[in-house]
Amino acid sequence: MEEKPRPTWQIILRSGILGGGIAAYLCLVGLVEAFSERFLIGSFLTLGEVMLVTGILIAGLLTARELKDNKILATGSSLLSGVVSSLPLILLIFITMLFVLRPEILGATYNLRDMFVNLSPELVEILTLGQGLDNLALGILLLILLSALMSLLGAAFVLLPRRWSLGLISGIAWVLVIGIFSDTVSQIVRQVAGQGMIRVIFVNEALTPQAAVIIFAIAFVTGFFSVHTRIQTRWEGIPQTQQSRTRMILLLAAFGFLLVLPWVVGLFLSQALFTVGLFVMMCLGLNIVVGYAGLLDLGYVAFFAFGAYTMGILTTTGSLGRGGLNFWMAIPFCILVGVVWGLILGFPVLRLRGDYLAIVTLGFGEIIRILALSDWLAPFEGGAQGVLHIPYPNFLGIIFDSPQYMYYVVIAGGLIAAFVTIRLRESRLGRQWMAMREDEDVAEAMGINLVQTKLLAFAIGASFGALAGGVWAARLGNIFPHSFNLLISINALAVIIIGGMGSIPGVIIGALVLVGMPELLREFTEYRYLMYGILLIIMMLVRPEGLLPEATRRRELHTGEDENFEPVSQQPVGSDR
Amino acid sequence: MNKKVFAILSLLIFASMILVACAPAATEAPAEEPPAEEPPAEEPPAEEAFECDDAIGCVELAPDDPVHIASMLTISGATSFLGEDSVGAIEIAIDDRGGTLLGRDIQYTSEDSLCSAEGGQTAATKVASDPTILGVIGTNCSAAMTAAMDTISSAGLSILSPSNTAPTLTLDDPAAGGTFKPGYFRICHTDFFQGAVAGEFAYNELGARTLATIHDGSPYADQLQEVMANRFMELGGEVTFQGAVNVGDTDMRAVLTSVAADSPDALYFPIFEPEGPFIVAQSSEIAGLENTILIGADGLLVDSFPENSGPNAVGMYLTGPFVTGAAYDEFLAKWDAKFGGVPPSGFHAFAYDGTNILFDAIEAVAVTDADGTTYVGRQALRDAIKATADYDGVSGKVDCSDKQFGEFTSKGDCATGEALGVFEITEAEVDDGNWPPEVIYTP
Amino acid sequence: MLKGFLDRYLERFSWVSFFLRLFQIAAIIIIVVGVYNTLTTAKYTNAQWVTLVFAGLAQGSIYALIALGYTLVYGILLMINFAHGEVYMAGAFTAVFLANYQAESGFLARSPWLAILSWLALAVVVSTVIAILLERIAYRPLRNAPRLVPLITAIGASFVLQYTFRGFYGTVFRSYPTVPALQGTVNVFGAQVPLVQLVVLIAAIILMVILYFFVDRTKRGKAMRSVSEDHDVSRLMGINIDRIIVTTFALGGALAGAAGIFNGLFRPQGVFFFMGFFPGLKAFTAAVLGGIGNVRGAFIGGLLLGVIESLFPNLILEGLGIPAVNQLRDAFGFTMLVLILIFRPQGIFGERLAEKKA
Repeated sequence: MEEKPRPTWQIILRSGILGGGIAAYLCLVGLVEAFSERFLIGSFLTLGEVMLVTGILIAGLLTARELKDNKILATGSSLLSGVVSSLPLILLIFITMLFVLRPEILGATYNLRDMFVNLSPELVEILTLGQGLDNLALGILLLILLSALMSLLGAAFVLLPRRWSLGLISGIAWVLVIGIFSDTVSQIVRQVAGQGMIRVIFVNEALTPQAAVIIFAIAFVTGFFSVHTRIQTRWEGIPQTQQSRTRMILLLAAFGFLLVLPWVVGLFLSQALFTVGLFVMMCLGLNIVVGYAGLLDLGYVAFFAFGAYTMGILTTTGSLGRGGLNFWMAIPFCILVGVVWGLILGFPVLRLRGDYLAIVTLGFGEIIRILALSDWLAPFEGGAQGVLHIPYPNFLGIIFDSPQYMYYVVIAGGLIAAFVTIRLRESRLGRQWMAMREDEDVAEAMGINLVQTKLLAFAIGASFGALAGGVWAARLGNIFPHSFNLLISINALAVIIIGGMGSIPGVIIGALVLVGMPELLREFTEYRYLMYGILLIIMMLVRPEGLLPEATRRRELHTGEDENFEPVSQQPVGSDR
Repeated sequence: MNKKVFAILSLLIFASMILVACAPAATEAPAEEPPAEEPPAEEPPAEEAFECDDAIGCVELAPDDPVHIASMLTISGATSFLGEDSVGAIEIAIDDRGGTLLGRDIQYTSEDSLCSAEGGQTAATKVASDPTILGVIGTNCSAAMTAAMDTISSAGLSILSPSNTAPTLTLDDPAAGGTFKPGYFRICHTDFFQGAVAGEFAYNELGARTLATIHDGSPYADQLQEVMANRFMELGGEVTFQGAVNVGDTDMRAVLTSVAADSPDALYFPIFEPEGPFIVAQSSEIAGLENTILIGADGLLVDSFPENSGPNAVGMYLTGPFVTGAAYDEFLAKWDAKFGGVPPSGFHAFAYDGTNILFDAIEAVAVTDADGTTYVGRQALRDAIKATADYDGVSGKVDCSDKQFGEFTSKGDCATGEALGVFEITEAEVDDGNWPPEVIYTP
Repeated sequence: MLKGFLDRYLERFSWVSFFLRLFQIAAIIIIVVGVYNTLTTAKYTNAQWVTLVFAGLAQGSIYALIALGYTLVYGILLMINFAHGEVYMAGAFTAVFLANYQAESGFLARSPWLAILSWLALAVVVSTVIAILLERIAYRPLRNAPRLVPLITAIGASFVLQYTFRGFYGTVFRSYPTVPALQGTVNVFGAQVPLVQLVVLIAAIILMVILYFFVDRTKRGKAMRSVSEDHDVSRLMGINIDRIIVTTFALGGALAGAAGIFNGLFRPQGVFFFMGFFPGLKAFTAAVLGGIGNVRGAFIGGLLLGVIESLFPNLILEGLGIPAVNQLRDAFGFTMLVLILIFRPQGIFGERLAEKKA
């Protein structure tokens, strides 16, 4: 492919159809229509419109990127590919017309909307830019025109001089981000500047046009003068000693910022931060099992559940209560129970490897959830009715009844977990884990006691999970078995792999992206899961090593790529067959 | 030197960031410190003509502020039909007032509380963090409400539920499992009502003497079948089997075989789709269930249920909310005009009544002073809702005073149990898609 | 020194093995006691047991067909195609509309076999296309990435497929129409077994045999086996690896599509976007149970898991006096998996090699 450039018409057609395909997919899946009333800027621009044009933008961008050496050709081609990308949408309009709205034309006997629920009159209305079926020709013309324009805009990202395109991209991106996260931004604005300021920036959920212009301008300027690269070059110019000192100061400042954060961002965002912190704590534990010891655990939620139920039963004031402890006294028991169950569940799987381990641990997670739910054990732990009346932690008379307080508990727990993780990684045990991760047989031959090493990994990992479960139960006040589903295990695993396996900053970034962001995008309801899935795929395709991978691991991966690295998906040559 | 300046500069920037961050925290601290008691709304200044003396504070509406209400419902997930049902009713109630209240626009925010404890709590913090919100409609699922209760109550909000049926939500005695907190009101019936109706119907009307129940591990189904079984035993019946399936199960033959071992007269399974249709369809394959009458509950009162269950559903019964009368027909007409068709579930009438009760209460307690600022006392609002009695709603008579169920005193239960019925599924529903089915029994 | 050696010997071998053995013995005693109690109370008739076995076999044949897809892909790429359950859903969910349309138009009543064949064709095509797209978009670019990376994209793809189809076809639960020609029961050992269950079981066995011959006898099948042995050597032998991998995914997809229709025949309800998730998990379990990477193992594992789920809660747990046993069915299924893997860590038919590679 590289030696022979593709003919121009093929580029136009390919990117046009790809872009139009994306747009048509978003229409069919319902995103365009669902957000056609969700305004981003005043009453001009809706999120649905943005989604519709995203695909077309991509068409122009792809075309222009491949032809960027010849700007005139690129501009013309992207214009054409924009027209091409409107074809799938036009097809959608006609299909909707013939099989849903006007079946009499072809005598269609099946209403296609029974199948594709989103082939609605509203969709036609949106696609024809408000013209509807009555002015179909005009509507389609407008759609083609819009596609061509948007495709040009996409091409502009590539073709404009670098500064301009950076400014443009950063301007558009910031307006869109603030528009989409208007909910979150307004929470912060409310805390910092009061209700009055919200009315200046937002009208309902949308940015006011003035605010949008200002944000665009600021972002454009920062992009245009590429402020962050300037800061970076400055930073690199500073001598090492000062760098580390400044870094220290920055770190302290960041820590101080972390401490006041819940009071800056308000109740709801504190709750989101709490959830993120909880996942950080939990994922640090899973990181030991998966990232360090290389044991693929898909049932980590089991330990989370053990922690939560231990906390629940030990502290609840309800009829299931045993012990009547308070939060702080129950925490050690949570950890203890986590360790014990880590050992118990780790034991039967000592002999299993790889995917066998994965399915068995997944099974454990399900077994624990089902047992928690069962009528059989209900007299002890509540069954379907869960454990209610778990009191809030009480610290020196302050009752931790809001996420703003519990946030500090997870920060403390997260710090402890991070500290333990770092110390363990540097220890003899940590090196044993990593040796085991690389090759169990060699590790055993080197005199590592696999049984002990594996069980310790399970137990320590489980204790973090149980700790997180205990804190979670105390925040929630009541726990139900349904909460402990497979999704938590999957999410935790995704966090550490997206973040970069084995890396602590990676876990934090991963949790922010995969746990925090879905919390903030609650208005997307079901579509959150769709986006979550797309995000997982794209991130792994773009950065298979994760966002912030461990340095050694990154080195390993990259040396592997350069040299005669044996791909993992292949069987090693000369294995014992 | 240049670099030194830069280092100092960056330090300064961060220091100022922290200051900025701290400043609002410091000033707002008094309002935030004990969120349990302190009102989120700011106290009106003393020199104002109106002094807010409400125990948990007032919401202050500047002259051009909208009246802001919210809902926390199940908009996504397997039970999203409940949320759609309620949201539609709320929107109709808003339309009925022309979108205005107290001469202001009504602003309506819809939050997704999912059908889980953590979803309920997150939605609750979201609603509680907006001090402009006056009242809330929610939640659909009892588990979500249990977790949301504390946050909502301590934020001073009033919440009216269209479809929580767990009895414990309105009991304030923790020893009885009660989780009630002030500010919670329930417009729909508790399981005490529905379970009793189902038990009486099975025993008295169907003449059943033996009963089996199946739940799906949801708190709702578990409690409902328990109340039903208890009522059935009180009447003198015998419960032969109380089993359970899991959400996601598709093969019900094993559990049905267990039921069939005693060939009970009736089988009560207050569960949801798709597990419900599986039970109905597969029951015909099991020897010993030929004479067992199937009874479902409101979770299966969905228009797709009869068709999905197939011919076996003919002759089975569903207990659930049953609303009738001219006002309800009018409501259905509005629904049809706005959304087309009929509501997807059976709780819309409660959502509609709840919204209207909330609006009436806001109107009743709102005080507007000379400069056009309106104050709504949060405790006064709760009291006004609590004082609702003899309200003639679409769902029948609504009365929010304390009620007695056997040994339990319930607070904030507004339903009088009128709006319940037993539906019979016939060929018309299964073959011709008729919906809703005929009601053959009311208490 | 000798003592140290002895200690280590004891710790490494006898300690773990001893406890695992103890665990096995305890499990067997519990199972025997449960079975004995249930059978002596004679709560269920023999006919009921037979009914349960056949229901389990029919269910198991669905698991088996899906499990084949897992096992084929695993054999060649050594990766868990976590989204395979969604491939099954895609076919079944799409074909349900055709089925209902044909039921309404009377075509189903006129020529039922042709109708079922057309559903099969549609479901197989859709599932195959989805499986191929999945490989192209989510797996091929990552073929040389660390093992866990394709697992995460597979999980991502699983979400994307579920919610794509939810967006396309809505949230309403659909049902397949009942096929009059398949109604009725057959008398087997004194029990009335629904005809449709037998048909599904036999059809699944036929498909399995066809697959077996394809893998064992055809040139393409030989190439597949070669690739699963060694990618590099296969390439040297002139095998187009990409094409073989696509073939594998297509085969798995086709079988999953067929499974979707069979499922719709004998259990028409509950067709919706999430319908693939649990069967996918179960099929994966079945594949591991039989020894992942092994075609025969996946099939037997599927049937076994179906019967375990259908029969054992009533047979074993009820005898132990546990209430609401059917709630525990999945837990029990997984427990049996753990037990079997303790006996044979490589699954029933798995070779030691599979363990090595994994």
